[in-house]
Amino acid sequence: MVKKFMTGNEAIAEAAIQAGCRHFFGYPITPQNEIPEYMSKRMPEVGGVYLQAESEVAAINMLFGAAGAGARVMTSSSSPGISLMQEGISYIVGAQLPCVIVNIMRGGPGLGGIQPSQSDYFQATKGGGHGDYHLLVLAPHTIQEAVSLTMDAFNLADKYRNPVLVLGDGYMGQMMEPVEFKKTLPPKLPSKDWALTGAKGRPANLIKSLYLNPKELENHNLEINRKIQEMIKNEVRVENHLTDDAEVIIVAYGTVARIAKTALKVLREKDIKAGMIRPITVFPFPYETLNKVAETVNKFLVVEMSLGQMVEDVKLGVCGKAEVRFYGRTGGMVPNYDEIVTETSKLVKEAS
Amino acid sequence: MQVEMEKVFTRPKTLLPVSTHYCPGCGHGIMARIVAEVIDEFEVREKTVGVAPVGCSVLLYNYLDIDMYEAAHGRAPAVATGCKRVHPELVVFTYQGDGDFVSIGMAEAIHAAARGEKITTVFINNAIYGMTGGQMAPTTLLGQKTTTSPMGRKPEQAGYPIRMSELLSTLDGATYIARVAVSSPKHIIQAKKAVKKAFGTQIKGLGYSMVEVLSQCPTDWHMTPVEATKWVEEKMISYYPLGEFKTPKES
Repeated sequence: MVKKFMTGNEAIAEAAIQAGCRHFFGYPITPQNEIPEYMSKRMPEVGGVYLQAESEVAAINMLFGAAGAGARVMTSSSSPGISLMQEGISYIVGAQLPCVIVNIMRGGPGLGGIQPSQSDYFQATKGGGHGDYHLLVLAPHTIQEAVSLTMDAFNLADKYRNPVLVLGDGYMGQMMEPVEFKKTLPPKLPSKDWALTGAKGRPANLIKSLYLNPKELENHNLEINRKIQEMIKNEVRVENHLTDDAEVIIVAYGTVARIAKTALKVLREKDIKAGMIRPITVFPFPYETLNKVAETVNKFLVVEMSLGQMVEDVKLGVCGKAEVRFYGRTGGMVPNYDEIVTETSKLVKEAS
Repeated sequence: MQVEMEKVFTRPKTLLPVSTHYCPGCGHGIMARIVAEVIDEFEVREKTVGVAPVGCSVLLYNYLDIDMYEAAHGRAPAVATGCKRVHPELVVFTYQGDGDFVSIGMAEAIHAAARGEKITTVFINNAIYGMTGGQMAPTTLLGQKTTTSPMGRKPEQAGYPIRMSELLSTLDGATYIARVAVSSPKHIIQAKKAVKKAFGTQIKGLGYSMVEVLSQCPTDWHMTPVEATKWVEEKMISYYPLGEFKTPKES
């Protein structure tokens, strides 16, 4: 199959089309504008709908409407825009609707900046909006992986009737790499008999998140939680890279993970046996993998483009069995591989 | 001899045989029935989808036998847009109160109309937040007492009530815009005609349609139902004139 040279943003958009997404609602914000721009051109070619919403608030509610009508639907935005969508995302979870949301993260808080960041990890993995819920969150570290995870995202959303978040950053969005779009057979998914299509020959369907009776709401939330527990059981994805003989483990995801791979090469040349654990799903998080590796390795370095968010999950996974150190850059600053090399070397040389 | 009686009045098929949560004298019940009658008359019950957002409007899904969404506060036009863009063949309407449509959902309201989205809005203007217990609305009249304007709405402090029908009429995408009332049998008959024209506008694919309904809220106005209908006629209609503000240009 012919490979195409594409930016991460364009590749994510095309992957959505290949996955059968025919409805896209969005609002411009840097550094993800190539996704709506691509969709505005591509959707008419495949008989789909591209619509520029008046705000991110409207866009996410258009997703609510389209997902409720049974369509495969996506939106994309960047950090401040994703914050605006949180109310709608909470309603979508409450109404148990499937959709895909892409966050090409930039620096915050507030308007922040337009350079890459990973400072929305808490928001992405711990809920984000109000209420008891989690999104399923996929974090690619190459453009090819962004393609495959975006395609998977639609199937996972349909499987769990829950939004799936593709978590990238400004680098992932803007960087170009050759990619291919492999045709895959869609898995067997439950039929959308709950969708609103007009109550013809069946009882009327209702899509809602309001349960005024607290016992009913408790039961409803337990059902959402049952699905989350299924995700935790079935959907954890993680890459173990050079961990077998490692004396120190770097934990990183997304853009930082690809920089850390370069750092690992340099460290190995210096005879420092460094390995990496790379969460691919940041929710559900690979706690068990970390716990297992911490049986034999007693030093962990977590590197993020934030001031320390995923590090909390790493500590939960390691559970006191090893030392967990953190190194991060923030505000749109990206760590160089040599910074990671220096921090890792320092940690290894310290007596444990 | 047995005489075959002709049935001249019955419950619309689309209206479920349940009692509503609306207070005595409230206009919502009348409007739920009018919407049901219009759906029946166009014979579109099986292809109609309604969107009811937060407020007294929200429980409409308990009264109509059609597919429905319950939407976030103010977002019904965006939800309806999503649905209509997926299923252009459906009849999609929103049913919104004044806080929902004119305050928190103003952006969604204006832009759905500006896009000429082929949906219909039934907008209940009772000049107050009903469900939350009678706070000031964007359509609360000057001098009107509410729980958050206890001395009466003062323009220097809280600005002026918004005339939504006039505002939406300035947009090219808005095709049918009318303001009606449900304070008397005559007005109810006119209200029904307007809702039918609004749905007809959508069914013919002509563009966005909206009917603003001046409705009484005896509970939060602290009036009897009869006093409340009088207040609509005497106070509301003079600020919010009734009539058609925009009608489709039939080709």
